[in-house]
Amino acid sequence: MKEILEGSHAVAEATRLCRPEVIAAYPITPQTHIVEALAQMVADCRLQSEYICVESEFSALSACLGASAAGSRTYSATTSQGLALMFEVCFNAAGMRLPIVMTIANRALSAPLSIWNDQQDSIALRDSGWIQFYAEDNQEALDLHILAYRVCEDHDILLPAFVCFDGFILTHTYEPVDIPSEEEVDAYLPAFKPYQRLDAEDPISFGMYATPDYYLEFRYENQRAMLRAKEAIRKYGTLFGEQFGRDYSGLIEGYKMDDAEVAIIAMGSICGTVKDAIDEMRADGKKVGLLKIRCYRPFPDDEIAAALSHIRIVAVLDKNVSLGSKGAVALEVKDALYGSSIDVYGYILGLGGRDIRKKDIKAIVDLAEKGSGDMFYGLREELL
Amino acid sequence: MPLNIGCTARPGKGRDNKTGSWRVFYPIFEKEKCTGCGICTLICPEGCIEEKGEKDYVPDLEYCKGCGLCAEECPGEAITMEKEEK
Repeated sequence: MKEILEGSHAVAEATRLCRPEVIAAYPITPQTHIVEALAQMVADCRLQSEYICVESEFSALSACLGASAAGSRTYSATTSQGLALMFEVCFNAAGMRLPIVMTIANRALSAPLSIWNDQQDSIALRDSGWIQFYAEDNQEALDLHILAYRVCEDHDILLPAFVCFDGFILTHTYEPVDIPSEEEVDAYLPAFKPYQRLDAEDPISFGMYATPDYYLEFRYENQRAMLRAKEAIRKYGTLFGEQFGRDYSGLIEGYKMDDAEVAIIAMGSICGTVKDAIDEMRADGKKVGLLKIRCYRPFPDDEIAAALSHIRIVAVLDKNVSLGSKGAVALEVKDALYGSSIDVYGYILGLGGRDIRKKDIKAIVDLAEKGSGDMFYGLREELL
Repeated sequence: MPLNIGCTARPGKGRDNKTGSWRVFYPIFEKEKCTGCGICTLICPEGCIEEKGEKDYVPDLEYCKGCGLCAEECPGEAITMEKEEK
């Protein structure tokens, strides 16, 4: 059923359809509307779920970790400072192989304090062992939650996942979204079958200590599970397409890439702006295409290398910066293309909510064609 | 034996966890110098030195962390510490 919904409410609907048994979250801008909506659903008995009101994000994810270890499907949502406070628990959830799904309403990190959008928060957790999806629009945000549970709970995977979507730009924007029925989602997403669980009758402990004789192998197993997730995402993304008519079989998605000479690589809501800019550039005779990264962890390195094999110039847009190095996406694209003759230029832009317009995308393509990149784009020189 | 996913473990005893791999030094016992006082068995923080017979003390290297307390306290200087790898 199609409805005009705020992004946060679309995500709340997706979460309701996934039937989490335990929700623990702490409100924080711009994630607040999601958890408000879920609390209302629980109060209205539209969602049979244990909603735990906690005193911090650390507690929120800790409660999810315990509930997931006890065998429940669990959900949380956060952003920015809240995610930073969850840092320790994020690594624990991944190491304990607990398939928690958490929405990240992407927002800049302090200091300086900013409630506006960029993707620094989830990128800062890139090494935590969580699968990371990035949604371009509210429909994709809704869909990716359903896909995420399906992938994460596969016993060959057993990893937690972030579903990231841009704060305010998507969370607070109304768009038409197709909301699947409960029956359709139930047919796609079976009830959570824990691989192992806390049980007083048959006690086990999770995440026990590993001496130097074992730790390396545990990390290797985490890495292998993450790499297996690529195939699981393809498989369940294809199934999603068959069930709901929207295909998510790719960790990446091309737009007008077939005959493109210049490729833009981006993640999240900026992809919509890029597509419009590409349409206008093509009308002017410029062969530009977009390669959208939907899944940043596991990183689709081989897929990117294959998709760019015919491309001359690549411009990577990063709404984050690894201070002292480059944008996190540009770094990994360069790694994926190591040894090729493709010119890759990184552009750090849109941090802390700075608007990115079509003319900015066109200007970046011009810069890349002139061989100018690996820079902050759109700096106000008069302030420096 | 393959690892348990999520590093899970069933309830067990502390001795299920072998701690000997932390060791940098290991003790060598010289029977000839041993006075048989048994101080080494009492001082060992791991409690892993066993009296096998008269003046015959044997450390369990699966647990010995190589702290050297036995060598330090041995009145007969019968215990010396050697580096694990040379």
